Amino acid sequence: MTTDLGMPGLALVPTTDAKQTAKDYTSDQEVRWCPGCGDYAVLAAVRQFLPTLGIKRENTMFVSGIGCSSRFPYYLNTYGMHSIHGRAPTIATGLAVSRPDLSVWVVTGDGDALSIGGNHLIHALRRNVNLKILLFNNRIYGLTKGQYSPTSEVGKVTKSTPMGSLDHPFNPISLALGAEASFVGRALDSDRKGLTEILGAAAAHRGSALVEIFQDCPIFNDGSFDLLRKPETKDQRLIPIRHGEPIRFGPAGEDGLGQYAVVQRGFGLEVVDGASFDPADIVTHDATNLELAFALSRLSDQDLDHTVTGVFRDVDRPTYDDAARAQVQQAKDADPNADLQALLHGRDTWTIA
Amino acid sequence: MTTNQAGPEVRAKDRVVIRFAGDSGDGMQLTGDRFTSETATFGNDLSTLPNYPAEIRAPAGTLPGVSSFQLHFANYDILTPGDRPDVLVAMNPAALKANIGDLPHGGVLIVNTDEFTRRNLTKVGYSGNPLEDDSLEDYQVHPVAMATLTRGALEETGLSKKDAERAKNMFALGLLSWMYHRPHEGTERFLREKFAKKPDIAEANILAFRAGHAYGETTEAFAVTYEVAPARLAPGTYRQITGNTAMAYGIVAAGRTTGLPVFLGTYPITPASDILHELSRHKAFGVTTFQAEDEIAGVGAALGASFGGSLGVTTTSGPGIALKSETIGLAVALELPLLVIDVQRGGPSTGLPTKTEQADLLQAMFGRNGEAPLPIIAPRSPGDCFHAAVEAAAIAVQYRTPVIVLSDGALANGSEPWKVPDASTLESVDPQFATEPNAPDGSGEFWPYLRDTETLARPWAIPGTPGLEHRVGGLEKADGRGSISYDPDNHDRMVRLRQAKIDGIDVPDVEVHDPDGNAELLVIGWGSTYGPIEAGARRVRALGHAVATAHLRHLNPMPANLGVILSRYRTVLVPEMNLGQLALLLRGRYLVDAKSYTKVSGLPFKAEELQDVFLEYVDPDFLSSPEQADTARQEAHA
Repeated sequence: MTTDLGMPGLALVPTTDAKQTAKDYTSDQEVRWCPGCGDYAVLAAVRQFLPTLGIKRENTMFVSGIGCSSRFPYYLNTYGMHSIHGRAPTIATGLAVSRPDLSVWVVTGDGDALSIGGNHLIHALRRNVNLKILLFNNRIYGLTKGQYSPTSEVGKVTKSTPMGSLDHPFNPISLALGAEASFVGRALDSDRKGLTEILGAAAAHRGSALVEIFQDCPIFNDGSFDLLRKPETKDQRLIPIRHGEPIRFGPAGEDGLGQYAVVQRGFGLEVVDGASFDPADIVTHDATNLELAFALSRLSDQDLDHTVTGVFRDVDRPTYDDAARAQVQQAKDADPNADLQALLHGRDTWTIA
Repeated sequence: MTTNQAGPEVRAKDRVVIRFAGDSGDGMQLTGDRFTSETATFGNDLSTLPNYPAEIRAPAGTLPGVSSFQLHFANYDILTPGDRPDVLVAMNPAALKANIGDLPHGGVLIVNTDEFTRRNLTKVGYSGNPLEDDSLEDYQVHPVAMATLTRGALEETGLSKKDAERAKNMFALGLLSWMYHRPHEGTERFLREKFAKKPDIAEANILAFRAGHAYGETTEAFAVTYEVAPARLAPGTYRQITGNTAMAYGIVAAGRTTGLPVFLGTYPITPASDILHELSRHKAFGVTTFQAEDEIAGVGAALGASFGGSLGVTTTSGPGIALKSETIGLAVALELPLLVIDVQRGGPSTGLPTKTEQADLLQAMFGRNGEAPLPIIAPRSPGDCFHAAVEAAAIAVQYRTPVIVLSDGALANGSEPWKVPDASTLESVDPQFATEPNAPDGSGEFWPYLRDTETLARPWAIPGTPGLEHRVGGLEKADGRGSISYDPDNHDRMVRLRQAKIDGIDVPDVEVHDPDGNAELLVIGWGSTYGPIEAGARRVRALGHAVATAHLRHLNPMPANLGVILSRYRTVLVPEMNLGQLALLLRGRYLVDAKSYTKVSGLPFKAEELQDVFLEYVDPDFLSSPEQADTARQEAHA
């Protein structure tokens, strides 16, 4: 049975009335991430979150690539595949197209998704296949023991770059928006509430969803997001956004909203002191406005000066998998008794007696 | 077509080889295809060899731009597209220069004289016009101003001069159709359908086709026409088919025999793309085609679909199989059904995209990291691609394994008459999805790697099945339970189990064809060399020598009786279009001193070439007398 839960992304996935708990979604495998790894927090959030969807556990599918985060599927008691480096979106695409009754999730990291798997990521996003991509970004290679990644800041000193890394990093949100993604969000691993909210929005979205999750690697890149965690620095830097609400952040000012605000400046955006600006000039977030989403993604440079979290973009666009299935159905409707013998026979034959 | 009683002499022939050659823009492949269709409809046995450059439009009038199509048809069963043409149609000087060397003395040469301009001749290095000097005096030359005649025939249509001349290939087709008494209704219908949206172009082509026919009939330039009676093949209904089409049909049929939806994940690549094109037209059979962003994504999506309970299929060629290797290795570890079609082409690297080769065998066997065995099947003829695909799918599903089908460029684009199979007799295979927990300890758990004791196949539990939620992946799995295991003994056991599963696949015994029963030479081949090897052997037998032949359809695992067979012959000879890959396998596996005969020219073996190779083994003195050899060859043109 499928029911409309107000979640188009799960419209064809069978639901259950049975009460499900995080324990139901916990496999018998011992979790083997390093102590203090941000992955634990995300796993806990996902185990708590999945039962709230009300779909059958057996219709939930997690696919991962290679890397620390890609061990994720082993720790969930759903169907899962730990595949090969960078290729999880391809496997998930085959599943999503052929099995509309599944809720398909991809778990990937900054190396897996943006380095070796960059091509698959952008194509999954542009096609808008109904799958949810959780990109765990710790800005380092962990499983190979500490080389810089495509999201590492320039000049990063690692085992492979003793004199500092040279290449400019990707901004995953800008990249996803440029790749025509219909849903793009970002959360911090330690922000259970914010993360869960974005996971819910991603699940509800019909089409590809990219959720970047900032996450710490305590062994090789410890404290990389501390600027966004510590009270003394996060107030000026962390910008939570919500569709339809003015973008104000930081400690509450006199009007009860954040002290800081985002306003338009030329083609871009700028962070200002909210109190000194006319509220009408303060940008209201609109998750359907691509230019705004892109400008918001550009507020965060590699030094985490102003980092936006929340749903940047959420728009309806035809999904590849729905369209592909519709073509097959259309062909079947036009030829309901597709005759294999007639196909083999073709039109021009001759007979030898 | 009425036979003109007062017309030219009609001579009966058993077999004819025609080669159409022209510029890549001249429509030679289409011309060849149409002549083939006419010939198939007429009921001859036939075999074709398209040969064209990788460039879509190579520089006009140059040697690299020459495109040709060779067709061998006969009133008996033939095995190859023919060694040398009896008739060469040359549409320009480049086509003449590139192909004249293959035309035997006395052969018929039909030349489009309009293209023999000073400029075109110079372009290919002719200092004079070969039509005007005596350089072609050994051939029966028919100069025909095809472009001029076509233009004349189309004068009334109002088409531009250039457009009208483009129909000259249909003029050539009409002329040849007249010479060989081919039926013409099919071509006219084909042209009307092909140009349905441009009826004036359709009519122009039909006019040109008829003009070519009328030219032959009325000019008296041709003293003889030829009849090749229908072939006496096994009773049944036949059609013409190419290897790629047959492969596509086999994949559709495999969806039926396994009861699974077909999911093709692929990326365009020559010469495999036509399988995608064909399958994309058959969605009514529950076939989903996904043109991915690259080769890796194609096979990845197919494997994902397999995990979900579809028959995952991917199609590719040389460089593509290299890119897919890692995912095929994953499929070996996951032990999921996956059909991998490799249409081999010249390599290494980009190599010769439009030419044939058999040099991916060892890559198919071993081209993955770790011990990653999988079954390999190679079709032997275009029509056989259908059966190979159906069989490969059955093995994939029954044994939960990726299977590689090794086709090649010659099979993919070559065509032959195909006895239409009876779809109702195709054997069905039950995928037997797991539905219940299976843990032997009674725990009620599902163990994804608990094997069938007979086939060693693991259960296939697809998402959506309650209680069987499980995780698979590329990391080594604990035997049975399927959880991650780094245990040394377990890894050793799993490596051997995966090998044992493939080794234990039930493949039929190899059959030896030794009509004399006393041969000391066994010639063994695989894939598309079947035709030339059998044709070469026929010739050798016609010369009074005994030779045994065997064809290996199953390259992995090899038939159980192969070792015994190989040990029975004094000499084992392996002709291959590579540098001896099967020979290496046979030598390594069976300790047999297999001899290799190899060629990697991008073209199939010729029957005559193999005949000479075989003769060297059965009668080393034979070739020492060239005159005797020549006489014998002429007598034995199988």
